Amino acid sequence: MITSRDRTNFLNRRSFLELDARGRAAALFDEGTSRELVGPFDRVESPWLAIQDVTPQEDDGCVVMKGKIAGKAAVVVALEGAFQGGSMGEVSGEKMTAALDLACADSEKGILTSAVILLETGGVRLQEANLGLAAVAEIMASILILRKHAPVICVSAGTVGCFGGMALAAGLSSYIVLTREARLGLNGPEVIEQESGIDEWDSGDRALVFAINGGEQRYAMGLADALVEDDTPQIADAVRGFIAKGLPPIHRSSQVELYRRRIGALDTSRQWDPSELRRAWGTNASEEDKR
Amino acid sequence: MSTFTGVRGTAWFRAFTGKAAPTPGDPKSVLAADAALGTDHARFLCVVPDPHARFPCARRGEVGLEEAYTLAARVREVIELDKNTAKRPIIAIVDLKSQAYGRREETAAIFLAAAAAADAYGSARLAGHPVIALVVGHAISGGFLTHGYQANRILALDDDGVMIHAMHKEAAARITRRSVEELDKLGKTIAPLSYDVKDYAKLGLLHKLLHVENPETPSVNDILTVKNEVIAAIADARSKPVDLRSRRESPGALQTRKATILVRARLEEQWSEA
Repeated sequence: MITSRDRTNFLNRRSFLELDARGRAAALFDEGTSRELVGPFDRVESPWLAIQDVTPQEDDGCVVMKGKIAGKAAVVVALEGAFQGGSMGEVSGEKMTAALDLACADSEKGILTSAVILLETGGVRLQEANLGLAAVAEIMASILILRKHAPVICVSAGTVGCFGGMALAAGLSSYIVLTREARLGLNGPEVIEQESGIDEWDSGDRALVFAINGGEQRYAMGLADALVEDDTPQIADAVRGFIAKGLPPIHRSSQVELYRRRIGALDTSRQWDPSELRRAWGTNASEEDKR
Repeated sequence: MSTFTGVRGTAWFRAFTGKAAPTPGDPKSVLAADAALGTDHARFLCVVPDPHARFPCARRGEVGLEEAYTLAARVREVIELDKNTAKRPIIAIVDLKSQAYGRREETAAIFLAAAAAADAYGSARLAGHPVIALVVGHAISGGFLTHGYQANRILALDDDGVMIHAMHKEAAARITRRSVEELDKLGKTIAPLSYDVKDYAKLGLLHKLLHVENPETPSVNDILTVKNEVIAAIADARSKPVDLRSRRESPGALQTRKATILVRARLEEQWSEA
């Protein structure tokens, strides 16, 4: 049931999804503290696209901003889903890696600097293939170092989703913030259909991908730390909250025994209704399971 | 063009460890064993095909949920064992088809499983374990990110049957709307697109290409050559920083990754300006 209060809240929302990467990044900072680094005027473009008749973009679809969030030093790296599907190339990849490394260097010097990565990406940019894959591996390595000092917060709001290798970067993050419009998974529906057949996954079935990869499902399974509305202040609040909180006691990707046991307990003779995994893994999972 | 056969991983695992059996209780698709290597006692890990694996989409040498969490567990075991002592090398022998493409895998969050394995390898490297990836066959996409790409040093056999890439050739052609022939032609001039390991070596990511006579059934000489190179790579890793900077500071990277170097220099400049 939709109450009049819900309707007012809905109408008063300031959509995050409608913002581009630059707008999204800027919206997370304390007023007047942010500045963009290696922005479009620096014109550091991908050297690989024009030779393949693809028009490059002056920021390579990746925006880096430094400033303060909740009064603390932070860097935000936002991928632009509208440029080449947010795909990771040599330049966009190194922007993220170097930003994480600089945050780490500052943190080691005593200026704790958190990182927020806004992931709207299909993964590796195939026009840069092996350099894209290498960039993803290096991003992952740099997340692992930074998160010893300061949290790395992944926000995927939609509508591109977070797929491919960058889903591993999300998996390594200290906290994951999703909306209902977000999708998070390793392999996109088209790729699964191609590799394993339409019986395994019908990529035309839009509901299926949201039932499995959707933000609501991922949150309910305990795989994300916040589920937020498509509302800029709410998303900024969630990010501020996690920066204030600092590092989690243990990162999700380090909880190997818990998840290994959960995988071992699954009946693999059939496909599952996604709600089964909400019950088995979610916040209402039995105490025995969590132990 | 090389077809994935899945026999090389087992062959090289056996060459190094003298056996090729999974740890009791582990899935048969993950080989793990400790063996002498030079003056070290190293841990070896490899993902191999298991036609009877529990997960139907992970029976042909793909890295699936069970493989990823088993790798993570076997690497974390070593971190724990060596917590207060010398850090043993960890050798990831790589010959894998790809990550597993399945509905069960997505439902049960293979992205997290893959991240958990990468977390374990990366954490081992940061803790001081020399982590060496030895690519003896295929190293594709998310499979390689899960098993191998967090290594301090990557070695690969110089052979047509070795392929390191972001995506299978046929799928890449389809998605970029090119024919396989066009893709091969592009690869000749654009190194990151190439499926030839000799071109991969130009990117500066690889520590060394190793020549052997018989990569499928290695001879005594082949094994000796590769062992010595792995031992040398371990020594090199131990003497240098534990991060991945060598991949962008190598002679190959200085040639091919100029944009990487430029981005980092600009970002460093502007970072401290205000």
